[in-house]
Amino acid sequence: MAECHPVGFQWVMEAKARGATIVHVDPRFTRTSALADVHVPLRAGSDIAFLGGLINHVLRTGAYFRDYVVAYTNAPVILCEDFRDTEDLDGVFSGLDAAEGTYDKSSWQYAGMDVQAASGERDQQYHRRVSEAAGGETHGSGGPALGGKEPELDETLTHPRCVFQVLKRHYARYTPERVEEICGVPKELFQQVCELVTAHSGRERTTAFAYAVGWTQHTVGVQYIRAASVLQSLLGNIGRPGGGILALRGHASIQGSTDIPTLFNLLPGYIPMPHAHKQQDLDAFVRGEAPERGYWGNMRSYVVSLLKAYWGEAATLGNDFCFDHLPRLTGSHSTYETVRAQLDGVCRGYFLLGENPAVGSANAKMQRLGMAALDWLVVRDFSLIESATWWRDGPEIESGELRTEDIGTEVFFLPAAAHTEKDGSFTNTQRMLQWHHQAVDPPGDARSDLWFTYHLGLRIRARLAGSTDPMDRPVTDLTWDYPTHGRYAEPSAEAVLAEINGTDATGAPLSSYEQLADDGSTSCGCWIYCGVRADGVNQAARRRPGQEQSWVAPEWGWAWPANRRVLYNRASADPEGRPWSARKALVWWDADSGRWTGHDVPDFAAGKAPGHRPPRDATGPDALSGTDAFIMQADGRAWLYAPAGLTDGPLPTHYEPQESPFTNPLHGRQRNPVRHLLPPHPDDRYHPSGTEPGAGVFPYVATTYRLTEHHTAGGMSRWQPYLAELQPEFFCEVSPELAAERNLRHTGWATIVAARGVIEARVLITDRMAPLTVQGRVLHQVGLPYHWGPNGYSVGDAANELTHLVLDPNTHIQEAKAITCDIVPGRRPRGPAAVELVRSYRRRAGIDAGTGREV
Amino acid sequence: MANGGSRGRRSGRARSGGTALAGPLRDVAGDAGHTGHPPRMGFFTDTSVCIGCKACEVACKEWNAVPGTGLGLTGMSYDNTGGLGADTWRHVAFVEQRKPLGGQETGAGHDGTDVFEAARRLGTDAASPGPGATAPTAAAAPPAAPAGEPPPAPDGRTELRWLMSSDVCKHCTHAACLDVCPTGSLFRTEFGTVVVQEDVCNGCGYCVPACPYGVIDQRAGDGRAWKCTLCYDRLGAGMEPACAKACPTDSIQFGPVDELRERARQRVARLHAAGVTEARLYGADEDDGVGGDGAFFLLLDEPEVYGLPPDPVVTTRDLPNMWRHAAAGALTLVALAAAGFAGARRSRP
Repeated sequence: MAECHPVGFQWVMEAKARGATIVHVDPRFTRTSALADVHVPLRAGSDIAFLGGLINHVLRTGAYFRDYVVAYTNAPVILCEDFRDTEDLDGVFSGLDAAEGTYDKSSWQYAGMDVQAASGERDQQYHRRVSEAAGGETHGSGGPALGGKEPELDETLTHPRCVFQVLKRHYARYTPERVEEICGVPKELFQQVCELVTAHSGRERTTAFAYAVGWTQHTVGVQYIRAASVLQSLLGNIGRPGGGILALRGHASIQGSTDIPTLFNLLPGYIPMPHAHKQQDLDAFVRGEAPERGYWGNMRSYVVSLLKAYWGEAATLGNDFCFDHLPRLTGSHSTYETVRAQLDGVCRGYFLLGENPAVGSANAKMQRLGMAALDWLVVRDFSLIESATWWRDGPEIESGELRTEDIGTEVFFLPAAAHTEKDGSFTNTQRMLQWHHQAVDPPGDARSDLWFTYHLGLRIRARLAGSTDPMDRPVTDLTWDYPTHGRYAEPSAEAVLAEINGTDATGAPLSSYEQLADDGSTSCGCWIYCGVRADGVNQAARRRPGQEQSWVAPEWGWAWPANRRVLYNRASADPEGRPWSARKALVWWDADSGRWTGHDVPDFAAGKAPGHRPPRDATGPDALSGTDAFIMQADGRAWLYAPAGLTDGPLPTHYEPQESPFTNPLHGRQRNPVRHLLPPHPDDRYHPSGTEPGAGVFPYVATTYRLTEHHTAGGMSRWQPYLAELQPEFFCEVSPELAAERNLRHTGWATIVAARGVIEARVLITDRMAPLTVQGRVLHQVGLPYHWGPNGYSVGDAANELTHLVLDPNTHIQEAKAITCDIVPGRRPRGPAAVELVRSYRRRAGIDAGTGREV
Repeated sequence: MANGGSRGRRSGRARSGGTALAGPLRDVAGDAGHTGHPPRMGFFTDTSVCIGCKACEVACKEWNAVPGTGLGLTGMSYDNTGGLGADTWRHVAFVEQRKPLGGQETGAGHDGTDVFEAARRLGTDAASPGPGATAPTAAAAPPAAPAGEPPPAPDGRTELRWLMSSDVCKHCTHAACLDVCPTGSLFRTEFGTVVVQEDVCNGCGYCVPACPYGVIDQRAGDGRAWKCTLCYDRLGAGMEPACAKACPTDSIQFGPVDELRERARQRVARLHAAGVTEARLYGADEDDGVGGDGAFFLLLDEPEVYGLPPDPVVTTRDLPNMWRHAAAGALTLVALAAAGFAGARRSRP
């Protein structure tokens, strides 16, 4: 965190000054480790074993927060009889379709009912849910689960099929010895972490977890976060001050661009993008995707208000509020599938706004080959990044695999304005929006992304004016009339914020998503942001200094939803509504006034008493009881076990990364059986693992990461002289032991090889890279900061030449954090010889199209 | 240029109670001829909370328009800057050591508007009601990892420590660079800091070997001497220097030197109490060879480890004595010569 989020790390230092203990778990000793109390080096790709070990410790020693667990988690819920665990089936859950590499999730459900997820893959139950509602068909042992059905509970937590007991069995083999064997973390060090985490959790204390892409970029990335969620829920660390799981985002406002998403499968506010289903109208969509209970029960209001924001007057009850204007998903359309679609000639044009996939995305060569197959490419950035110049100076030009004169892609480069040159908001990991004002005009032809998008839209709409083709209606019907100002006709960012915030039928700004209606009388561009412009005031622009307000500082910026600083903060009070402890009080029930009150905005219906029990036929938020603290969940509870929403299992299980020098000692499945594999491609081959023949050709683990001095793929830093000189070229980090083993010299050159490519890097030999003992043998890890490419001042090969395209099945994120490689001294070959070197490694390792692709 | 007081070169005249060029000196700016001047301002760089982000280096270069130093991988851990010079006025050293973690506790002072004050008020006033006693007393805190205890290492190594430290011009009480400057380009500001005037410097370079820390340097292709100004222009506008402003962890603290020294002493005491016995101040002692630094440091190891001279002495300290000896020598020569002539006369027949 000190390494990649130095500004945010100041708050960790503040916490430390106030007595917090900092534990840093990372394969490398980084600037964060240097300031931590304890550094735990572990093998890249083994975190579920580590977290599973912590979960096992908590369950085995009884260190969980029992009252919290019983009241606020699904630990007491009885599961369906059909469920089988990985412990029963040698590494897979019940429902695996081995031919398809997918799970049928129906056996993962609660006994006697189907529960819908609040996030994740909500379409997986669509057919059952919609057809049941429509035709009353029955299924399995449960039958239709609509309405106010309650899950079956065992509050003694002893029923053999209750979540708590399932969890206990699932993690029983994640012992300290197993953790040591899999992660390379000595038992004593692991024990120290167990003791620190449990000593700092409970009524009086809380522990927070902060993670970044070191957890997400794996074939089991979502399950890493799930494992932390299980642990934090068991310890009672969610919804309470000083607790939580904090996703440290990789760029400014990446949180904002998931809230109002750039992701293919989400609409603003985490509303799922509709899948292509026959005869799907708005009602069917909502029925298929929305849980019956909790705040997602109001999904129709959120969707209708969004459609009104998109299509305004054109969206009416009569035309289903233009629901059919929305595109439909026909599968995964992630960035990596887009590359394949480019190669297949399906995707013909590509916009890159502040993104540099030619060096910054996994398997950079595939990215460039995809772009070389396009008709046109638009790159908007500050500098001539590699994604704009690969056609004349990329590695394939050097190797002869591509010739500039053969590339048909028309490339447009448009200079982009920096954040100081435009108005707008940043949303940080705390879900807090902070407004920034334009300081100077952008130089030359540089324009803001907002300007580009708006004026491009105007031009397209001018072209389509008068069109009668129904295909064009989604564009011609759009509300596209933002006020502009200045000599470049810059659209008003605040007008966009006003549209996001939403208005009522009179056009007055809304102040809360609870005001949203499903009849078309309200308009709101993102329901969770509703209130950011309450009273017509830009709440995100508030900058009242911390010392002038309470410690929650509610008047600095604005946090969604409803300016709550801690989500699910009902859980900071006990079931009766009293704070768990005085020192951890956040919100509480005030019986005298009959309202929830406290330091933060209560994340609960203000007047709903702790003793409230809803009528059986209640739906939506009304179906939540006075103790259902997790108000977005269909059952009002934190999910230790996820009966829906995940594609790869209800409980996190350790699988080895796609590429690993080791076999999985826990069970018979080496890799996540339902990891997202794209169709085989000659430039995206995978290594054998463990004892598979040829695995020894790639004996080392490599992990990619960032340095403080540079930003992601370098577009914002390698062109800045003051930053470039601080880390002037690409280097790799290795331990003295690995250097001795491979005859690498400090500041000399090393060549690093994988089945996808070969790169060279200067060598930094450092004790900060520690060899680990895994399964009784020494493992060396190679550190690869990934900022570089051939352009700019600070140059070098791109680490992403080595990474592959096997993805997490939930998020479609690449596994860049744990691959295998070989490393040898000296510079890499040039020209065709580089390609030949990679081929020779593939031959030696016996790699073909089927390697590493088993289910 | 500055608010209040005149500005001037140090006179170099002798004062009562000691030599002009060494020893404690309470009123640095006053000694240089400033009247009605503000308190002496400086830096306290607490290296125990430095995270090595180099924001100070970049902020300094941005604000002061210092040229880039070029691209070169040094292999010295993450330090590719190398050291202070004409084009580097802040430099972050990275020292990898086989020593236990420890001593990185925060808790050094903040200026008036900090969260510690807010933390102290937690639960004690209506404006800041809770969460109760979230700021625990040290005694109430549960057992934490004791500072300095080596974590069990997976590879048989027992210890690893990564020291980071942002170096800067020391703005000495007795600044030899200023003493030797023949043009008056180097001068003592009303804030007690030492600044080069780029429009006066003639590039003679006398100041370069005079600096006991090797800070000031001549810029290639320019010839003039350049170094940290403690952001004289910002100070004049009531702003803190760019590096201190940019530092995310308050490793670089700016303020009146007296206040900073007191804060630093408390910080060392706190670290010592926490078992970090190797914490020490560097440049905070008025009795040292430069009369104490306006920019001083808290270090976790010997100064040499950070590339700092262990016992710096103002290079002009012995100038009066040298002149005295030189004068005596000259007198002796004159006497000898005179005697020679006298003898010659005597020997003449």
